[in-house]
Amino acid sequence: MANLTLVQAINLALIQEMEEDDRIILLGEDVGKNGGVFRVTEGLWQRFGGDRVVDSPLAESGILGTSIGLAMAGLRPIPEIQFEGFLGPAYDQICTHAARMRTRTRGAYTVPLTIRVPVGGGIHAPELHSDSPETIYTHTPGLKVVMPASPYDAKGLLISAIRDPDPVIFFEPKRIYRAFREEVPEDEYTIPIGEARVVQEGEQITMVSWGASVIQCMNAIENCNHSVELIDLRTIAPMDMQAIEQSVKKTGRCVVVHEAPKTLGLGAEIASRIMEHCFLHLEAPVQRVAGFDTIMPYYKLELDYMPDAARITKAVEEVSAY
Amino acid sequence: MRPPVTKAPVKQTNHKKVAASKNDAAKGKVKSSNDAKTLKHWLREMLLIREFEVRTMQAYQNRLVGGFCHIYSGQEAVAVGTIAALQDDDPIITAYRCHGHALARGMDPYYCMAELFGRFDGCAKGKGGSMHMFDREKHLYGGHAIVGAQTPLATGLAFATKYEQEVIKTSDHTRVTVCYLGDGALNQGGFHEAMNLAGVLDLPVIFVIENNGYAMGTSVARGTTLADALYRKAESYGMTGHLIEEGMDVVTVHDQFKKVVDETRKTSKPDLVEIRTYRFKGHSMSDPRKYRTHEEEEKWNKQDPIDHLSHDLIKAGELTQDEFKKMTTEIRGEIRDVVKRASEAEPPPLDELYVDVHTGNWGPFKGTTLPNMLRGDNEKTTDQNQESH
Repeated sequence: MANLTLVQAINLALIQEMEEDDRIILLGEDVGKNGGVFRVTEGLWQRFGGDRVVDSPLAESGILGTSIGLAMAGLRPIPEIQFEGFLGPAYDQICTHAARMRTRTRGAYTVPLTIRVPVGGGIHAPELHSDSPETIYTHTPGLKVVMPASPYDAKGLLISAIRDPDPVIFFEPKRIYRAFREEVPEDEYTIPIGEARVVQEGEQITMVSWGASVIQCMNAIENCNHSVELIDLRTIAPMDMQAIEQSVKKTGRCVVVHEAPKTLGLGAEIASRIMEHCFLHLEAPVQRVAGFDTIMPYYKLELDYMPDAARITKAVEEVSAY
Repeated sequence: MRPPVTKAPVKQTNHKKVAASKNDAAKGKVKSSNDAKTLKHWLREMLLIREFEVRTMQAYQNRLVGGFCHIYSGQEAVAVGTIAALQDDDPIITAYRCHGHALARGMDPYYCMAELFGRFDGCAKGKGGSMHMFDREKHLYGGHAIVGAQTPLATGLAFATKYEQEVIKTSDHTRVTVCYLGDGALNQGGFHEAMNLAGVLDLPVIFVIENNGYAMGTSVARGTTLADALYRKAESYGMTGHLIEEGMDVVTVHDQFKKVVDETRKTSKPDLVEIRTYRFKGHSMSDPRKYRTHEEEEKWNKQDPIDHLSHDLIKAGELTQDEFKKMTTEIRGEIRDVVKRASEAEPPPLDELYVDVHTGNWGPFKGTTLPNMLRGDNEKTTDQNQESH
C-alpha cells in the first residue's frame, strides 16, 4: 500500500499498464518532457521514451483523430486533452468517429481508446478550464464516461478503461488532484466500469453524486442530522441505475449533486429514472443541487457557482421536511 | 522517429500518356512496364466500377438506396491506378465517395451493393449505407461521411504501422497508408492537423487529393488558395508534393503513383499527391450541377478513362472489339446479378439496433457480432459478448 494523491494514483496506473502492454501510446500536449499540464504523466517520457510518450502539436482534433486511427489499427492509445474545454475542437473526432466506429462497421473495427481529460472547477481557472461537460458525452451512444472521486477508484477505473475494448472518456476532477491522499495498493487491480460505490450507508436520504462533488457531499453529511446514503456513481455512462434504485426504494428521498449546469444536466436524467422506477416509493420530489445555467464564472465567483456543503445541506433539509 | 528533413516540392511533369506511346502500340506493346494482362485487368476493374455506379443510380431512382449517394464515375483511373500500386496490406482510408475504392480494393460487389440497399448482408450489416464502406480483411478503413475528418485517422493508421515495425516489432515490413480526400477537404482544419502531425512524426502516409474540380458545387478556385497547384500545400508541412496531371489515364496514374509509393516505403516519409480528375456526375444524386457548363462536361467526357484504355488496347492489338464487348457483357451480367441478390436480401432485424454499440452487454445493448462478410462459412456467429453492465 502507498499513500497517494489522485494524480499519483493515475501516474502509477499508467506506468504499470504501459509496462505490461507495449501497445499503449500516450499522446497529448506537453505530456512528454514536461509531464503534462497537471504533471499527471511526470516521468513517463523519461521511462518509456519519445516513441511511446508523444508530445503532440497543439491540435486536439489531430490528437484524437490520430488516436482513433491507432486504435483501429489495434494499438491502445491514451490521448490527453489538457482541459475539458479543449474537447471542443476534438468533438468532431470523438462523436463522428470514436463513438460510432463499432456501430458503423458493425463490429469489424473497434476503438479501444482512453481519453484522459482533467475536468471541473475549483482551481481558480476561468471557463473552458473549469467546465463540466460530462452530459454531452453521456448523451452520445457508443462512449463510456468515467469520473473517479478518489485515488483508489482512479487507479482501478483507469486500468479498466485502458483494458476496455471501447472508447472511454476518463474525466479527472482537477480540484481533487492533490486535495487528499488515500491508501492505494501497489499491485494492479481493476474496478468494473458501470458500478457505483456506496460511500456511506444511510436510511433516510439518498445522495447521488460523482467527481469532486462527492467530497462536497461528504462535507455536508458530516454536519447533518439525517441518516444519508451517499452514492458515488464513478461511471456516468453506463449508469448504475440498480444502485440508485435500491437505495431510493429504501430511503424514499433523493438529492442529486453535480457541478454541471442544472438544465438537462445528469440530475435531470437521474430524477426522471427515479420517477420511472421508484415512483411509489418516493416521499418527496427529487432535488437537484447543481451549477447554474450560465457560463462557469472566473475565480471570484467560482465557489458560488459550484455546489457546496451549505447548498447541499439546504436541499437535504427541504427533501426531508417535504 | 526523427523530425523530417524539409524538401522542396518536386513537380513531376514528365507525364507519359498511353496515347503518346503510339510507337509502342505499333509494335504490339502498350507500355513496357505493364503487361497487357495487367492493363486488361485494370480495364475490367474500371468497367466494374462504372457498371456498379450505373446500376447504383438506377437503384437509387427506384428507391432501393436510402439517403445520399455519391457516384464515382469518371474518377475510376484514380482508385484503380493508385490501389494497383500498393501492397495488399497497405491501409487505405477514404471519404464518402467510396464505392470505387472499395471495389478496386477487391471488396465483393455484392457486399457493397447490399450495404447500399441497407441489407443485413452489407459490409456494415446494412446500417452504414453508401458512405461507409469497410473491409477489415482488405485493410480498407472506410468510407467516412464528414469531409476531411478521415485525414487524422490516416495519420494514426500510419503511426500504428510505423510503431509496429520500429518499436514493438510485430511487423517486419513497411506499410504505406494511403488517405484519399477531395479538393474540398483541404480547407478543413483536421486536414491541416493531420498533415502537420504526419510531417512531425515522419510517418509513411500518402495523402491523395482527388482533385475533381469542385468542392460539392464550389469550384476549387472559388474556395481554395493555390487552386492551380494544390500539391504545393505539401511545402508547409515539410513534405514532398507531387502532381499527376493525367488523372484520367490509369497507366499514368499507376506509374507515377508507384514511384511515390516506392519512395515512401523506402524513406518512411509522408507525401502529398494531387491527381487531376473529373466526376462525371454531380456531387450527390440530387445535385443539379448548375455550377458547371455542358461544354465543360463534354470536354471531360471525351477523356473517359475507360474509353481511353480500351481504345489504346484495341489499337495495340492486345484486345479485340469482341473481347471488349464480351468483357462488358460479363460485367453487366455480374452486376445485374448483384443487384438482384441484394434487392432480395433481408434487412437487418430490429434488435440489431442495439448490437455493436458497445462490445459487451449492458442495459439494452447486446454486444457485438461480425458482419457476414467477415464470417467464415462455418461461423454462424462470433459473439464477443462479455457480461458487464
